[in-house]
Amino acid sequence: MAKAILGDSEKWFIVHGVQDDFRTDGRSCENYRHIELETGILSNTHGSARIRLGSSELLVGVKVELGTPKPQRINEGWLEFHVDCSPNAHPVFQGRGGKELSDNICSMLTRVYRNNTVMDLEALGVIPQKHCWVVHVDVLILECGGNLIDAASIAVKAALYNTGIPNISLTDGDEGEVEINLPDDPEDVKHLKTINCPVLVTLSKIGNRHIVDATDEEECCCSASLVMGVTRRGHTVGVRKMGGGSLDPESVTEMIDSGKKIGRQLHISLDKLLKIEAGMSEDIKQTGYL
Amino acid sequence: MAGLELLSDQGYRIDGRKPDELRRIRCKLGVFTQADGSAYIEQGNTKVLAAIYGPREADQNMRNQICHDKCFLNCEYTQATFSTAERKHRSRGDRKGQDMSTHIKQTFEATIQTSLYPRSQIDIYLQVLQADGSNYCACINAASLALIDAGIAMKDYVCACSASLTKGKPVIDINHVEESSDCAELSVAILPKLGQIVYSELNGRLHANELPDVIDAVVRGCKDLFVVMDRTVREHLEETATTFTHS
Repeated sequence: MAKAILGDSEKWFIVHGVQDDFRTDGRSCENYRHIELETGILSNTHGSARIRLGSSELLVGVKVELGTPKPQRINEGWLEFHVDCSPNAHPVFQGRGGKELSDNICSMLTRVYRNNTVMDLEALGVIPQKHCWVVHVDVLILECGGNLIDAASIAVKAALYNTGIPNISLTDGDEGEVEINLPDDPEDVKHLKTINCPVLVTLSKIGNRHIVDATDEEECCCSASLVMGVTRRGHTVGVRKMGGGSLDPESVTEMIDSGKKIGRQLHISLDKLLKIEAGMSEDIKQTGYL
Repeated sequence: MAGLELLSDQGYRIDGRKPDELRRIRCKLGVFTQADGSAYIEQGNTKVLAAIYGPREADQNMRNQICHDKCFLNCEYTQATFSTAERKHRSRGDRKGQDMSTHIKQTFEATIQTSLYPRSQIDIYLQVLQADGSNYCACINAASLALIDAGIAMKDYVCACSASLTKGKPVIDINHVEESSDCAELSVAILPKLGQIVYSELNGRLHANELPDVIDAVVRGCKDLFVVMDRTVREHLEETATTFTHS
């Protein structure tokens, strides 16, 4: 991954700042940067969201397709994640350059969403054993400014909230086969239940304290971090340690506690925002990148 | 798509445009902060982001491309997996994308004053967010704006436009539906002030007698595009200049 290059004294400056709960951009340890979020900006997808977290920029597009259910889960559909690092973000992502980073984010998202309580997968079933909805969630990283994992999970939740699955009707066709009819009206959709969708909170250990929403420079000073999926109710649906360093057990519990608290706050403000945006969709003009 | 009328008897196209009408163009310069230059363009439903890195010292793994008297261009075209109606399984590395990268690279080799940047490298990255026909043209226009944003010396703007011929009438700036019908498709990139063609490609069959008409139409389309692009650049410059004078 593209890393910022810092000198020793710059690192010391950041570490000492964190110790005093005062980071280089003026935030305290448990504050996020400014988040800009917009949904429904891609007209050829079933749901989409654009997020700008500090200087990180991501775009999520959701497309649903009819597929065949997996043999062990005949009544259910599933979610498929795909993360792509655009070379627009950094020249090292050219060719297959961003694979490691994108695989990392992808596996983390897949892991926290692979949980029965998170999504009602049976709602994605159409005809048992024959047809189900496959929800493709494609994340595109357009600018890297640190903390891509959290940004990706927030945008994924927003895009899923925005996703409308066509209301199909089933009729009996010839030879006992069931026919699937798509509605004529593209607005005739049902929305996914995203109430239990988790967001990922990354806690980075710097010195003997931990911070959330680390910038590129802060990620350089951090030896190890903990990524956790937190639901709206504060339940943890996945924890993973990342980075080269190590963590002692006491700080892990401490980090999990503050991660839960921060995750819940994040959910509350995100849900409020999504509700407001859904309510005023007719009045506001989509801006996208303009 | 046989039987589909691209031009109605009243002289309107499927999306309601006249034959010589462009789709709505909206563009913006300087969308990103990390890249040296960036731009976003929307031509109807085709949406492209362009980013420029450089001129800079050549990458370690591209040493063999260094020229001692000019810079070399490195170009990558990527299409987002959700950009097309049917979801794409791979976003890059396919034959079409590689072809597109080469075409874009050739176009800009003819436009950028490469001899001013000896031994360096300029990266042009294009990301298609939504594809609805004339992708090449939108990419060229976006890259052209991004290069201006990056302050790289060029001979002129580059404006690209596509055209097709139906019922003996040239139609310009064709969309995906018109692209997938079996008409000929001509893509042209020009230097509008110098009046030079830097790229042209024809897919499909066209009678030689009709070619001058189509080229005429497409060059007019490019010049219309140039007006919009030039205005955007000037507005962007004015905006930047005011922030400088006020601070």
